[in-house]
Amino acid sequence: MPRYFTEEHEWIDVDGDVATVGITDFAQGQLGDIVFVEVPDTGAELSKGGDAAVVESVKAASDVYAPVDGTVTEGNGQLEEDPALVNSDPEGEGWFFRMTLGDKSQLDGLMDAAAYKAFCDAL
Amino acid sequence: MTDTQFTGDEAAIETATLPLDAWHRAKGGRMVEFAGYWMPIQYEGIMAEHLWVRDHAGLFDVSHMGQLALSGEGVAEALETLVPGDISALKPGRMRYSLLLDEDGGILDDLMITNEGDQFGIVVNGAVKWDDIGHLRENLPDDITLNHNEDYGLLALQGPKAVDALARLVPEAANLVFMQAIRATWAGHAIALSRSGYTGEDGFEISLPNEALTAFADALCAMDEVKPIGLGARDSLRLEAGLPLYGHDLTPAIDPAEADLGFAVSKRRRAEENFPGAARILGHLEDGPPRKRVGLLVDGKLPVREGAKLFDGEDEIGVVTSGGFAPSVGAPIAMGYVPRDHAVPGTAVAAEVRGKRVACTVAAMPFVPHNYVRKTGG
Repeated sequence: MPRYFTEEHEWIDVDGDVATVGITDFAQGQLGDIVFVEVPDTGAELSKGGDAAVVESVKAASDVYAPVDGTVTEGNGQLEEDPALVNSDPEGEGWFFRMTLGDKSQLDGLMDAAAYKAFCDAL
Repeated sequence: MTDTQFTGDEAAIETATLPLDAWHRAKGGRMVEFAGYWMPIQYEGIMAEHLWVRDHAGLFDVSHMGQLALSGEGVAEALETLVPGDISALKPGRMRYSLLLDEDGGILDDLMITNEGDQFGIVVNGAVKWDDIGHLRENLPDDITLNHNEDYGLLALQGPKAVDALARLVPEAANLVFMQAIRATWAGHAIALSRSGYTGEDGFEISLPNEALTAFADALCAMDEVKPIGLGARDSLRLEAGLPLYGHDLTPAIDPAEADLGFAVSKRRRAEENFPGAARILGHLEDGPPRKRVGLLVDGKLPVREGAKLFDGEDEIGVVTSGGFAPSVGAPIAMGYVPRDHAVPGTAVAAEVRGKRVACTVAAMPFVPHNYVRKTGG
């Protein structure tokens, strides 16, 4: 299952026509202690680069953007009770939402793991 | 000058570094621009640092704050023309929280005034220190000398273990009570310390020469109970303690009665009615101000932050001036301004966050009890 990354520090796992989206370990480290996550409603239509979710650390609220176009099929309900999952397991249990892929060709513009690591190292 | 910091023009002024800049970076501090300086927002994480201060002792670098001194014949009386506190009654070695007021009684800054015997020491907020200096110079008589001591840094050691840690370096620290100050010597350096701070915990502020800061900070952080703490936890600690932050909870549009800081308007000064904005402030203290600073307990987990509008039903009634997750409370809390008739603890209001209404309850402050030491040996 290929995993892609965005310059806004989201990851997207693609499995057929469905994708799972979260924020990267680098992102959670920058945000610090996460105390609230607002995931999109099921059925929400997302467009690439548009607001998709909000993650709140002790200090500030940050937007999470949709990495590609698509329709939300599920938000991670576990984050409501335990937002710190994003700190402890950002690229696993701490996923944000699942979505259909509206335009698979948009994945071509995203980074793979090696490119994303190089991107973070350069920051 | 520094008012550009409130207009988004800060990029026009080069961000300055504090004397401990390299020390913060070596300790893993994440540096951000604040009040014109690079300052550590956090080291290991705001939550852990916050809780550490409540249980142990945390070292804060507050060297961005302005350390001023006023001296000269009649200095107490001169200072009283600009603040509402009873400065003449302040005994040597004692300090008091006060407010610099404009002619309408609006708050220009909140500050600590210490009678140091031969002069009055004043510690002012970093973001407005240049404005404060200008205001003092403009409004004090020419025979009052104003000194801005940029050769000294300021550290705060806060938390229940602060006294044990500091007394190992400066034994006299243990003899002080809350809001008492002395001069002392450490490693040959002339220093000043007071039992004070802005976290709600017992603790101290220590003023010492820039060249001594690194060694002093290292000596404290070598102790098991002391860790460096960033600005992030300083903000959440003071919020839980119900202490207002200048530029957010206090501004020139707000007077001391509205800010619920009536204690800073001394009895004698009320009787004399001779401080800036006395008519407005005394009227508000007598009849109740039209709006008042209150604490807000937030239902649920969604943080309510500065700028959130407050509602009673469909009516917009006020605004949040500080807010966030409170680690020791375990929930979001906030501070804001509501009309007088909504200021009673228990009153239900709603805050608007991203178009949603969040239920809040007006609450008495502090949210976490203060642990000030008012008697030694107790």
